[in-house]
Amino acid sequence: MAARFGAALILALVVVAVWFLADSNFVLRVATLVFIYGLAAIGLNILVGDAGQVSLGHAGFLGIGAYAVAIGPASLGLHPLLALVAGVLLAGVLALVIGRPILRLRGFALAVATLGLGILIAMVINNEAWLTGGPDGMRVGRLELFGWRARGTDTWYWIAAAALIFGAIVASSLKASPTGRALRAVHDSEVAAMVAGIDVARYKSAAFVISAVYAAIAGGLLALYDGFVTPDVAGYLTSIEIITMVVLGGMGSVLGAVVGAVILTALPQMLTAFAEYEHMVLGLIMMAVMIGLRAGIVPSLAALFGGVLRRVR
Amino acid sequence: MKSLLITAAAAIGFALPAAAQSGEPIKIGAVLSASGPASFLGEPEKKTIELYVDRINEDGGLLGRPVELIVYDSGGDANQARTFATRLVEDDGIVAMVGGSTTGTTMAMAPIFDDYEIPLMSLAGAVVIIDPVQPFVFKTPHTDKMACEKIFEDIEKRGLSKVALISGTDGFGKSMREQCLGVVGDYGIEIVADESYGPKDSDMTPQLTNIKNTAGLEAIVNPGFGQGPAIVTRNAAQLGIDVPFYQSHGVASKSFIELAGDAAEGVRLPASALLVAELLPDDDPQKDVVVDYKTTYEAETGEPVSTFGGHAYDGLMLVFDAIKRANSTDPVAIRDALEETKDFIGTGGVVNMTPDDHLGLDLSAFRMLEIQNGDWTLVD
Repeated sequence: MAARFGAALILALVVVAVWFLADSNFVLRVATLVFIYGLAAIGLNILVGDAGQVSLGHAGFLGIGAYAVAIGPASLGLHPLLALVAGVLLAGVLALVIGRPILRLRGFALAVATLGLGILIAMVINNEAWLTGGPDGMRVGRLELFGWRARGTDTWYWIAAAALIFGAIVASSLKASPTGRALRAVHDSEVAAMVAGIDVARYKSAAFVISAVYAAIAGGLLALYDGFVTPDVAGYLTSIEIITMVVLGGMGSVLGAVVGAVILTALPQMLTAFAEYEHMVLGLIMMAVMIGLRAGIVPSLAALFGGVLRRVR
Repeated sequence: MKSLLITAAAAIGFALPAAAQSGEPIKIGAVLSASGPASFLGEPEKKTIELYVDRINEDGGLLGRPVELIVYDSGGDANQARTFATRLVEDDGIVAMVGGSTTGTTMAMAPIFDDYEIPLMSLAGAVVIIDPVQPFVFKTPHTDKMACEKIFEDIEKRGLSKVALISGTDGFGKSMREQCLGVVGDYGIEIVADESYGPKDSDMTPQLTNIKNTAGLEAIVNPGFGQGPAIVTRNAAQLGIDVPFYQSHGVASKSFIELAGDAAEGVRLPASALLVAELLPDDDPQKDVVVDYKTTYEAETGEPVSTFGGHAYDGLMLVFDAIKRANSTDPVAIRDALEETKDFIGTGGVVNMTPDDHLGLDLSAFRMLEIQNGDWTLVD
């Protein structure tokens, strides 16, 4: 039980606590963004932390989800929710088709291939201006359900929180399942995993598809929340941000991915006091964390304090 | 963490009658793309705004109160800009906002300002910002549609009608091409060729050869940005194409003349008065404003003036002007005063706003320039 719901329980407590402590919509907005990016990071962590494969192009899937909820209702007249499902399916199918050939690559070659995939998706979004509005971006219609319109930060706070907690439960369950064990076996040694009877290619591909689905859902939520989307969401910098969240927070740790999202989303807001030196200070903090807590924040601290934390990671 | 650039503070206590600076500061927000790919916009804008907020505080502030400027750097990211916008209206309590630098960041922030009923003065180009009009969203830069109209007007004046387009596929080129195709019907002009090139292409001879071989070609228009237009200009000269050649306001800087070299001779383009500040006749209504901004900016920053900084100057001054006329810092009153702006002279033109026109510029805001002997000359 602890393994499956521990992380989700902690997240739920934090969500409620932040709701009562937050004194403005600005704080709630930052928290909402943390939840949405956290969801993408949890997904990517399944690929990176559990299966040991790198992806520098996951913002591409974020972009597919985001533009699906923008284009679906505007051009095809789809309900936003249906458009989100379509975007998630599209991201999943693309990950399945592309994943098979490129996951044969390893290490740097895989990093470059996924980077290329992300850049390609961003280029399509940038260039097909008739459909996507090009570099200037496009408006996203409000999400409406049975006459109830999802708008305002206080509403989206709970929608994003629910998605994050659900995502955490799924990721933790996956970890505790035979599939999770198979993925970790692939991570440790592909040859040994193969000898043990694990279909390595299939499991890698599954992890890639799952992480793409997480990213697409996060992208769709982000676009629906903001009501506006630009190609930045699919850009290379966003990819780097999500993978940094995973590595910084802790590879293979569900809570770690969320902690990474907190650092990369909330910290820049606190560092604005440094004005021009903001990026430098952010970089320094990240370097210090990586030097001091090598396995990532959550796993390193869990190892330090042992006990409860280790169980829930 | 509360606020970053409190430019007002420096002025207090220096060479000022203490009474002039009493009272709560008037908070003005700005979200600009000071870093990242759009920093060529955001940087001069930020410098301009900081410079002129300092100056107004040295002169005793606004309505007898100091002005406090709060600037955030969006890095050109729309999502980030929206977060900062939320922060400005929620936590910082601004009464008006100048920015964003790009269309994407502006469009992402606009709904917040309409929700909170605080005026937003955008510094971005696209026409979608003010068309359809949103009650609290204004902008200062002329649109690419106006550039097209200015060019077509000039072509018509020269008695020409068969025009070839060669456009960059970057955001600027694409948007301007669409606007040009949209308004061309209003003029007695026919588009006889429509070519394009990528923003990083280094040779446009094939596209230009197609254009050269087009029957009845009388003029070429090149909507584009960055290095592309300079290469197009050079290639056109190499191919011996000698029909009138039009560039856009997107390359209205000295570096274009340097890059295109001799090929730039005779090229015409629409540009803001700021670019030719010294050339303007003394009775030009904009002369004093543009010369003053140019000399001030260049003296304080040591950098050549750019039209983007000029847009920021106009935006900030329009907001100051509205606060003065409203004699209030109530955001809705400032908005109402902005809509009543009459004969405001800025670097971009003479601004006359109405509730239906949140830009307030007409075609006279653009000057048609021709390059002669490696320098700008005024055509009209």
